[in-house]
Amino acid sequence: MTIEAPDAFSKGRTPTFEESARESLANAQLRRNIGKATQAIRTRRAQAVEELPDWEELRQAGYDLKTRVMRHLDEYLLQLEESVHKAGGHVHWVRDATEANRIIADIAKNHEAKEVVKVKSIATDEIKLNEFLEEEGIKAVETDLAEFIIQLAGEISSHILVPAIHKNRAEIRELFIKKLGAEDLSDEPSDLTNAARLYLREKFLQAKVGISGANFAVAETGTVCVVESEGNGRMCTTLPPVLVMLMGIEKIIPTWQDFEVFMQLLPRSSTAERMNPYTSFWTGVSEGDGPKEFHLVLMDNGRTEILADDIGRQTLNCIRCSACLNVCPVYERTGGHAYNSVYPGPIGAILTPQLVGIGRPGTDSLPYASSLCGACYDVCPVKINIPEVLIHLRGRVVRHRQDGGGLKGKLDPENVAMRTMARTFSDRRLYEAAQKAARISQWPLARSGAIHRLPGKLAGWTEARDLKPIPEQTFREWWKSRNGS
Amino acid sequence: MVEVEKRFVTSAREEILQRIRRATYDVPKEERPEDVPVECGYRKKDDAPREEMIEHFAENVTEYEATVRRVSEAGLKEAITQTCQERDIRRLVVPPGVPEGWLPDSVEALRDDTGTLLTNQELDESDGVLTGCALGIAQTGTIVLDAGEGQGRRALTLLPDYHLCVVREEQIVGLVPQAFAWLADAVKREGRAVTFISGPSATSDIELDRVEGVHGPRTLEVIIAG
Repeated sequence: MTIEAPDAFSKGRTPTFEESARESLANAQLRRNIGKATQAIRTRRAQAVEELPDWEELRQAGYDLKTRVMRHLDEYLLQLEESVHKAGGHVHWVRDATEANRIIADIAKNHEAKEVVKVKSIATDEIKLNEFLEEEGIKAVETDLAEFIIQLAGEISSHILVPAIHKNRAEIRELFIKKLGAEDLSDEPSDLTNAARLYLREKFLQAKVGISGANFAVAETGTVCVVESEGNGRMCTTLPPVLVMLMGIEKIIPTWQDFEVFMQLLPRSSTAERMNPYTSFWTGVSEGDGPKEFHLVLMDNGRTEILADDIGRQTLNCIRCSACLNVCPVYERTGGHAYNSVYPGPIGAILTPQLVGIGRPGTDSLPYASSLCGACYDVCPVKINIPEVLIHLRGRVVRHRQDGGGLKGKLDPENVAMRTMARTFSDRRLYEAAQKAARISQWPLARSGAIHRLPGKLAGWTEARDLKPIPEQTFREWWKSRNGS
Repeated sequence: MVEVEKRFVTSAREEILQRIRRATYDVPKEERPEDVPVECGYRKKDDAPREEMIEHFAENVTEYEATVRRVSEAGLKEAITQTCQERDIRRLVVPPGVPEGWLPDSVEALRDDTGTLLTNQELDESDGVLTGCALGIAQTGTIVLDAGEGQGRRALTLLPDYHLCVVREEQIVGLVPQAFAWLADAVKREGRAVTFISGPSATSDIELDRVEGVHGPRTLEVIIAG
């Protein structure tokens, strides 16, 4: 039984980032674990990228290819559907999480599966597939080591790539002894890993249905791809006779040859390796090799809403490498749970509010979970301008509050202040009068050329910065006096 | 029941396509996908001398904690025999197409032939598997399997705990783009499954401490023959 905190994709109110961040920041163990981990990956990633003299060219090509796909997504999806059919696979289209869960559960039931093995897939976390299957009497066994650990612990992931980044070896040993009945277990990572290997091997051999997400799908050939390290992906996609793959509609790449770009960008950005240990590419079903039945589930679930926003659209370029998490000064301190979403970090801060829609207090706070330092943009292998999208979304959040709030929204002090400011800044007379008035009224606040604290509600603004007072003579006044003389 | 399901699925398909078309209203009607420019300024081919490329491949595979040795074509059987003895391999899985001349006299070959496929249980209980490969990629130290001659189906290189892979020198390419170009035929014409193997499986999920060998063969050995 998994007990999950309400996240952005489950029912109920989600806490805001500030509320959750305060909690995370108070947990010293968590901060140490995350700090150590992000620092290590960050350094290694930089080295791996340094090795390639054509890294910037690869990034540009990745960005261009994804742009091409998004502008013609309908054509590419139809082409993919045809290719997969030709290769002997089945294709299902689903509008939202409910439809996705239904179809996957039905496929499992058709094959009388009481238990399914799963490769780590954030898309399935997004739709809460495990909980849905459980209600239908089907147990989903997570087979990625970290996912396996947090499933045993009944927790949720805190990092796209290393979901158990918040747990140390002693905590994991205790968990395995309690839940797997493993005796004589040391807290050496190799021993812990071996315990999981033995337990999961049986699961792989017995499973009738495997479920996976997709890293890429090729429109031209119908080939799909799973990039992984542990071999659990190969197990799940090779051994069970039935394989179901859930993919967001944005995961398409045009041609087989385009892998030459993405299979260079992804491993180095993600795990800082020249190449990840195992990558499986398969095309429909192959006689006598692997699953006899292959289902590809194409899911929208909010993605077309993102596509419709011409600045937000680039969010769909994301190949889920997690490089932006590891360089983010905010993520490094708060960890993933503060984002209350299966997509944490900078990419989560733009992806989550767009997927669930603007206008929910919890997720509306996410675009503010950033200092806009731009480190995420620098490392993004597909050049998503995350700061640009963050600012754009802040604008959308504010506009939504202004437009959608009715009278309460109109009378909201922040909105009133902003409207007054807008009027003042667009009228010369009002602007000059305001400057004069401010010069007179600021005298009790200005100390040695700076205002350190504003009064009342405005104090929030000066909590982290100083304000320059209006000078004795403004530029406009100086200009006027210069012309007059 | 089947009818209902079909209608439900078709309408989701139509609706998603419509949503996409509405969302991309800013894309001019006459624009074709190929009209969206893609800058391909990255390297497509490695011009390094052959011997340098092979050395580079060997180095990169070694870095993944896989054992690598280089032998002459004539010394292949001896090298395989020696490796199997060192590892105490007695029951060796052999996919179709592996040359008879490679097989050590000291091991029992478990053959996976079309008529009599090995069961998962048999693979699980074997000591290891011996295969050739489709390609080696020098830039990344990757071995590529494409279910062709001497490689067999995917489960063969997955369930045994030990994988001994023979790479011929002429199978090594320089860069990742060259590998995908080479594999295009196998995928497009025959829809063959392709697996990239870069070292044995690994995890860094516990405190980012790297552990070699999670699922799949925990030991990978590579013999470069030329």
